[in-house]
Amino acid sequence: MPDAIEIRGLSKRYGALRALDGVDLAIAQGEFFGLLGPNGAGKTTLISILAGLARPDGGTARVLGRDVLAEYRAARRLLGVVPQELVFDPFFTVRETLRFQSGYFGLRGNDAWIEEVMHHLDLAGKADANMRSLSGGMKRRVLIAQALVHRPPVIVLDEPTAGVDVELRHGLWQFVQRLNADGHTIVLTTHYLEEAEALCGRIAMLKQGRVVALDRTADLIRRFHALYVRLRIEGRLPDALAARRVPHAGREAGGEADAGAGVLLLQIQDYAEAESVLAALRAGGCTILEMEIVQPDLEEVFVQIMKRR
Amino acid sequence: MTGLLTLLQKELLRFWKVAFQTIAAPVLTALLYLIVFAHALEERVAVFEGVRYTAFLVPGLAMMSMLQNAFANSSSSLIQSKVTGNIVFVLLPPLSHREFFAAYVGAATLRGLAVGAGVVAVTSPVVGVGIAHPLWSAAFALAGCAALGAMGLVAGIWADKIDELAAFQNFVIMPLTFLAGVFYSIGSLPAFWQKVSHLNPFFYMIDGFRYGFLGASDVDPVVSLAVVAVFFAVLSAGALALLRSGYKLRS
Repeated sequence: MPDAIEIRGLSKRYGALRALDGVDLAIAQGEFFGLLGPNGAGKTTLISILAGLARPDGGTARVLGRDVLAEYRAARRLLGVVPQELVFDPFFTVRETLRFQSGYFGLRGNDAWIEEVMHHLDLAGKADANMRSLSGGMKRRVLIAQALVHRPPVIVLDEPTAGVDVELRHGLWQFVQRLNADGHTIVLTTHYLEEAEALCGRIAMLKQGRVVALDRTADLIRRFHALYVRLRIEGRLPDALAARRVPHAGREAGGEADAGAGVLLLQIQDYAEAESVLAALRAGGCTILEMEIVQPDLEEVFVQIMKRR
Repeated sequence: MTGLLTLLQKELLRFWKVAFQTIAAPVLTALLYLIVFAHALEERVAVFEGVRYTAFLVPGLAMMSMLQNAFANSSSSLIQSKVTGNIVFVLLPPLSHREFFAAYVGAATLRGLAVGAGVVAVTSPVVGVGIAHPLWSAAFALAGCAALGAMGLVAGIWADKIDELAAFQNFVIMPLTFLAGVFYSIGSLPAFWQKVSHLNPFFYMIDGFRYGFLGASDVDPVVSLAVVAVFFAVLSAGALALLRSGYKLRS
């Protein structure tokens, strides 16, 4: 069974900028996969190559075994892409837009599915409205509907919830999760890391055109971080605990940026180690004013990875 | 084939939805040209022997309008899609560069023909012009509109901004159409300007189309049709090469 997406040695330059630098990635069929990275990391370039919007300088990309260049027709039929930019054609209504998109993929008489997609995305009431008259959130829904109109087995969503209100975001994720449960492979890029953490089974992190982390979401969080003890103390931190201290405690582990003097962040491997930290503090004559065990989240892992590599 | 036909349908609907602007407006402009120029020049300008100036003017105006609108259709559709970003909707599907070309040039040709039909329908009764050789006129109308549709495609791909396209329209298309013998027979020009006119492919389109109406022309229509066919072939090859390479469309 071919991978939903198979990328080997993919590279792309824009002038002096190396947008992708030998990326290897395999995404299995049925996965809900997250592609994370800061702006300019290469996420959109990678998606653009998969979608045929950009051409690689080197390497290969396949969608369900079909090469995106040599077999572009087959590859594009297998792929649905929700672009990042909120674009629309102001000449047409929602229904016309979806019928045209369906026809471009060679599908006529696709109205039943178009109606179903509009229903799921709460677009039915706006089916005959001109695209210009829609709100930003509704336009975003149409973009998603356009990507689904040819029932692609692999769906790529490039920051689909940017600028979208909470209600739509929840509705959208329910719909996408149902598509995933029905067997569709989902590839998601987002800046909302809590979304990626909640939805994605596996995550790849990109930085400067390279994959710097790739793992199951839960393992990634475990691998890159143990727990933290956030403390406010009176007295000097005992030397025995100095190695555990994370610098710039205020910014770590979701702390306040301007956390005052005396706030410390100490790394521990598990909850049992918290007891030995407390014992060392007491032995050093410190008074504990506040204490909190902090669990790492994906955002923290993301920040750490981007900083380290 | 469904992909090509859908893109063609979309392009047709795009101009049809604003037909007042894309068809009615150029027809009105041509009618105004006819009224003003006929009034000013009817008794002053000699064209072909035995042919009234207004009868000479109608096919020229019709062809000029066709060429300008065929060019405007493909070029404006592309540049608008590029500027607004919705070009992505036709780049993501499995459409080949040939399908892309056929749909855009097909729609441009049909708009040109619709405008031409409108101009002839409105002006002919006023002037009382008949069509001596309809097939010749149809051949030149089709080939001319297709050539300008392909030229519009090239310009639309090349231009990054609407300003650049407007410059192309004002500094290339307008002079070439105005200096192609729409308002005069090139036989009335000095020898040097006659030679210069023969380098203008638009001249052959207008002269050939006019032959279909009047049965008289500056150049043998067979020669004119051959020139127009070569011009169309060259532009098509250029447009197809650009589309195939993804120039300014796929990064």
